[in-house]
Amino acid sequence: MKVKLLDLAKVIRSKNSGPYEITFDIILKDKETFDWMVKEKCINAELIASLYKIKVEDVINIIEFIPANAIKATIVRPMCSGDIRETDVYGAQQHAPLLTLEFEKRN
Amino acid sequence: MKPIKVLSTTAILGYGFPLASFEAGMRMNPDCIAVDAGSTDPGPYYLGAGVSFTDYTAVKRDLAIMIQAGIKNKVPVLVGSAGGSGAKPHLDWQLKIVYEIAKEYDLHFKMAIIEADFDKDFVLKAFEEGKVKPLHPAPECTKEDILESTHIVGQMGVEPFIKALNDGAEVIIAGRSYDPNMFAALPIIRGFDKGLALHMGKILECAAIASSPGSGSDCMMGTITDDSFILQTLNPARKCTVLSVSAHTLYEKTNPYILPGPGGIIDLHNTAFTQLDEERVEVKGSKFIPSDPYYIKLEAAKCVGFRTVSIAGVRDPIFIKETDSILEAVTKRVKDNFKNLDNYHLNFKIYGKDGVMGDLEPIKEIRSHELCIVIDAVAQSQDVANTVCSFARSTMLHYGYEGRIATAGNLAFPYSPSDFKVGAVYNFSLYHLIEVSDPIGIFKQTLVNV
Repeated sequence: MKVKLLDLAKVIRSKNSGPYEITFDIILKDKETFDWMVKEKCINAELIASLYKIKVEDVINIIEFIPANAIKATIVRPMCSGDIRETDVYGAQQHAPLLTLEFEKRN
Repeated sequence: MKPIKVLSTTAILGYGFPLASFEAGMRMNPDCIAVDAGSTDPGPYYLGAGVSFTDYTAVKRDLAIMIQAGIKNKVPVLVGSAGGSGAKPHLDWQLKIVYEIAKEYDLHFKMAIIEADFDKDFVLKAFEEGKVKPLHPAPECTKEDILESTHIVGQMGVEPFIKALNDGAEVIIAGRSYDPNMFAALPIIRGFDKGLALHMGKILECAAIASSPGSGSDCMMGTITDDSFILQTLNPARKCTVLSVSAHTLYEKTNPYILPGPGGIIDLHNTAFTQLDEERVEVKGSKFIPSDPYYIKLEAAKCVGFRTVSIAGVRDPIFIKETDSILEAVTKRVKDNFKNLDNYHLNFKIYGKDGVMGDLEPIKEIRSHELCIVIDAVAQSQDVANTVCSFARSTMLHYGYEGRIATAGNLAFPYSPSDFKVGAVYNFSLYHLIEVSDPIGIFKQTLVNV
């Protein structure tokens, strides 16, 4: 069965982590969901790279943060924050593609 | 040891706080009142141009309440990253506010002023000795980056704050600072664990953002004990939960287990968050691991040109369909018309297409019935930027695109004048680590009687 990330998460957000990186936070609803997503490696570098059409090398890391039931992904910013072609100085509106994610879950 | 209470008033000085929350905090007899006044979030302009991104009147309101309470209750008031970016002009702006407050309320106190500016020759010498390195993924810097920067600041560690308190400062106004310093300095002086003190500071620097519902303009109290720190809100409408506090630990961080700062890292691998009661969260196990050598993060920006923008709307479906070819033709026309002008940037932000995400936008086709177009020109002088923007705007307004049926004008301007002179444009030029041997002496500190 397909499950939507929107139904699994409490928080999905993006923000600069310093002017050269954008970091995505996905805080899951509960520990069970978090453990399942970690076990299945639902959020991985290849997925983030394909979602944002960037190179896998530009996905800096995927971190599973147990105390918050959260999975983080951090990418290299397409440009340094505030550069001439900037569209989002704070990096706070780059999360939207994550909202469309779906995963296959076996019962 | 007797626990220490640290009152954090607001996420950024000038973002405000309810007086009721502040008074509730003061009734708990805090040992110090602290606030972070800055951030690099708003981009390179503010550091480069030497102006604050916060408002004078709003900053004065917050600080007047804090300093009056600090003097009355004989507890220190600590402010870091003064004026938003913490370079000399920002610090001077902040000090002007402090002197005004002191005069208006007839307050007298010992004030430590700590500067965060780095001398260009000093940075250049360190660069040539290989002691300046980029913070991945920032590129290597060049000699020009250093020379062309308007202000170079270093994020000071907690040590200069400790010195200021030990020297008897009742108010500390510091330039660019590592965010947790203001909250961690007093606990460290009193002998509490540095890892816990800095981690507490890391959360308190955003005040009530780490509560639920979060707010960047409300107070928060941190209490440090022998083996933990406890966070609580001061507004009955908010609570600290394990989720709100641990989620904040993720915020704006690449790796929440390892938080690098001046002189070392905070290691969170063994950190545990516990809900004490409905409103309070206890945190244990965070450790500070010092680094050798001691690194300070440098920040700087340089002027890269001048900007003029024009904002226009489009509702015609035939134009919308032809957007890409129209932009290409307009760009070409500008180039042809001003063959003598080069070294300018002409960009179009197309809201309704990829205006928000640019190259990261996965949806390539336009699905909107209307677009907002921002014509964005950056050039080496304001005059050239004006010329490029104006010509691109008039060309686009009357461009005869393929299939055009509406021949009166292609753009809807919400404003007259249609073009806005933005002024100087800055880019970050340094975001690098510099090796220092004296993390206190390198930041000029003065103690004055106000």
